[in-house]
Amino acid sequence: MSIQTELIALPPRAPSRFASLRLGDFPLIPALILGGIAFVAIFANLLAPHDPEIGSLAARFRPPVWQTGGSSQYLLGTDQLGRDVLSRLIFGARVSMVVGFTAVIFSGIVGTTLGILSGYLGGWVDQVIMRLTDTWLALPALTFAIFLAAIVGPSMWNIVLILGITYWTRYARVTRGEVLSLKEREFVRLAIVAGCSKFTIMRRHILPNILNTAIVLGTLELGVVIIAEATLSFLGVGVPPPEPAWGLMLSDGKQSLMVGRWWLSVLPGVCIMLMVLSANILGDWLRVKLDPQLRQL
Amino acid sequence: MTPRPLLEIENLSTHYVSSRGTRVVRAVDEVSLRINAGETLGIVGESGSGKSTLALTILRVLPAAARIVSGRMLFEGEDLVQKSDEDMRHVRGKRIAMILQDPMASLNPLFTIGDQVAEPIRVHEGAGRGAAWRRARDLLKAVRIPSPETRVTQYPHEMSGGMRQRIVGAIGISCEPRLLIADEPTTSLDLTIQAQYLNLLRELQREHGLALIFITHNLGIVAKMCDQLAVMYAGRVVESGPVSQIFNAPAHPYTEALLNSIPRMSDSVQRLTAIEGQPPDLAALPRGCSFAPRCAKAFDRCRVETPPEFRPGHARTARCWLAAAPSTPEGILVHSGAA
Repeated sequence: MSIQTELIALPPRAPSRFASLRLGDFPLIPALILGGIAFVAIFANLLAPHDPEIGSLAARFRPPVWQTGGSSQYLLGTDQLGRDVLSRLIFGARVSMVVGFTAVIFSGIVGTTLGILSGYLGGWVDQVIMRLTDTWLALPALTFAIFLAAIVGPSMWNIVLILGITYWTRYARVTRGEVLSLKEREFVRLAIVAGCSKFTIMRRHILPNILNTAIVLGTLELGVVIIAEATLSFLGVGVPPPEPAWGLMLSDGKQSLMVGRWWLSVLPGVCIMLMVLSANILGDWLRVKLDPQLRQL
Repeated sequence: MTPRPLLEIENLSTHYVSSRGTRVVRAVDEVSLRINAGETLGIVGESGSGKSTLALTILRVLPAAARIVSGRMLFEGEDLVQKSDEDMRHVRGKRIAMILQDPMASLNPLFTIGDQVAEPIRVHEGAGRGAAWRRARDLLKAVRIPSPETRVTQYPHEMSGGMRQRIVGAIGISCEPRLLIADEPTTSLDLTIQAQYLNLLRELQREHGLALIFITHNLGIVAKMCDQLAVMYAGRVVESGPVSQIFNAPAHPYTEALLNSIPRMSDSVQRLTAIEGQPPDLAALPRGCSFAPRCAKAFDRCRVETPPEFRPGHARTARCWLAAAPSTPEGILVHSGAA
């Protein structure tokens, strides 16, 4: 008997770290939903059939097209001021997206910076920042946000600012923990003995190594922030009324929900749910993929 | 008529102090050493004998709990102990470079080799990215890395262990330091790569006129690499001097015991001798000579009085009462130039 050997062609080595995100278990549906919402938000001007802020009182409370009394002119019906619900949902996507992303990025920058400073510099800087974080965490986030909103007054950019300074604590905590282990790593020590300044080490050696974590946290935080924005708008301290925000639509529709005008509150509710759910599933997938301990090598 | 040494350490003590100041660990205690330009000084000792703390003290990159309690470190005539933190930063990497215990983990996984070799050059000489990269390429060539043009653009995970090690060497010499401190740079390597790396370090030393402080617990490497040797025990330099003299006639019983614990090819009959006992707790040193409890030749005086630094020969020191008198039973070489 002869021994036969076979040549097995090994697959080429992965060229970058993102190649490890194998697409086998990629959550396609959530990605499509989020992508769809983003698309709608970007091209809202072209897609919306009506002006979202101006309605005709003659056409109040029209039901969606498939119910009796609905017309094809208003596919998803109209609200108490005769405004087209579909158009408002489309423009509302823009508000949710803009507020969600900018607030996440803003709080991410604040939290990550504080976390790096706290973890790397240690000592009293660490103490001050961490006690500040503890204080922040002790405050109920939403109440604090309402309080701030009541002070600065409602506007979309104020909401971004408020959510940013309310939700930075998680980044700071997680980042600090990462930094504490990173700064004992050999390459950071090498940078120290090579004479790099503290700032250079934090910027060049620490920051790039915690970006993965920060991005994962950001996607997970996106859902929280969107809900928070919707809540603030629902309570009337968020995006001010003429603008179409999903939370505001929910709030406007709640009185007539009992009379059977379900489309006014259910539709924006579904939109919020789909967006938050998609963001969370995507974030969870990213977390598993980028976490070296959970990643199957 | 010896020229002024490159680095002269006098009476240096570094202690770790607990946060309430109740516990003091004398990690480096009254150490005096000197190293001339172009020379190699080996520092040997057991784990916890203060070798690494000494290296960190020279660069002043000690952990927060450590204090330099006393002493001077004259480097090219300047006292490193007195320098400000900002001034020290310009010494580190530029005039004194260091290779860490685990060179395999010393590279940042997210940056290209070129960026990392270029980093000290950019930090210390303010060179632009392009110029620093060209230098990085030349440095890779100097540490015998094949096709440096493509290697500079690659990432650490694309390199073999031996290559990564040589890259760390290249980072060490990138700003042409006068002194390179290598803290057990070969412990994580297998033997063949170890030998290659040692050869490379020697070549670099010769080409650049570097002085090298080589910290190890491997006396075989000391015999191969070093001109001078300092043996550390419990934070102190118990013996120092030229390698050949110490190997031929150790003046301190600890050195002797260390040398006897190395297997030799010549005699296969003799059993290897181990040093009995444990090194002392640096926070609670015994009275007298700290090696006395483990020393086969200890006598009454050793347990009461700490021996000062004696000079049993030219350029040699030993902290042992036996080295005090020229007529010790071990027949220690006493040169005419003895101080």
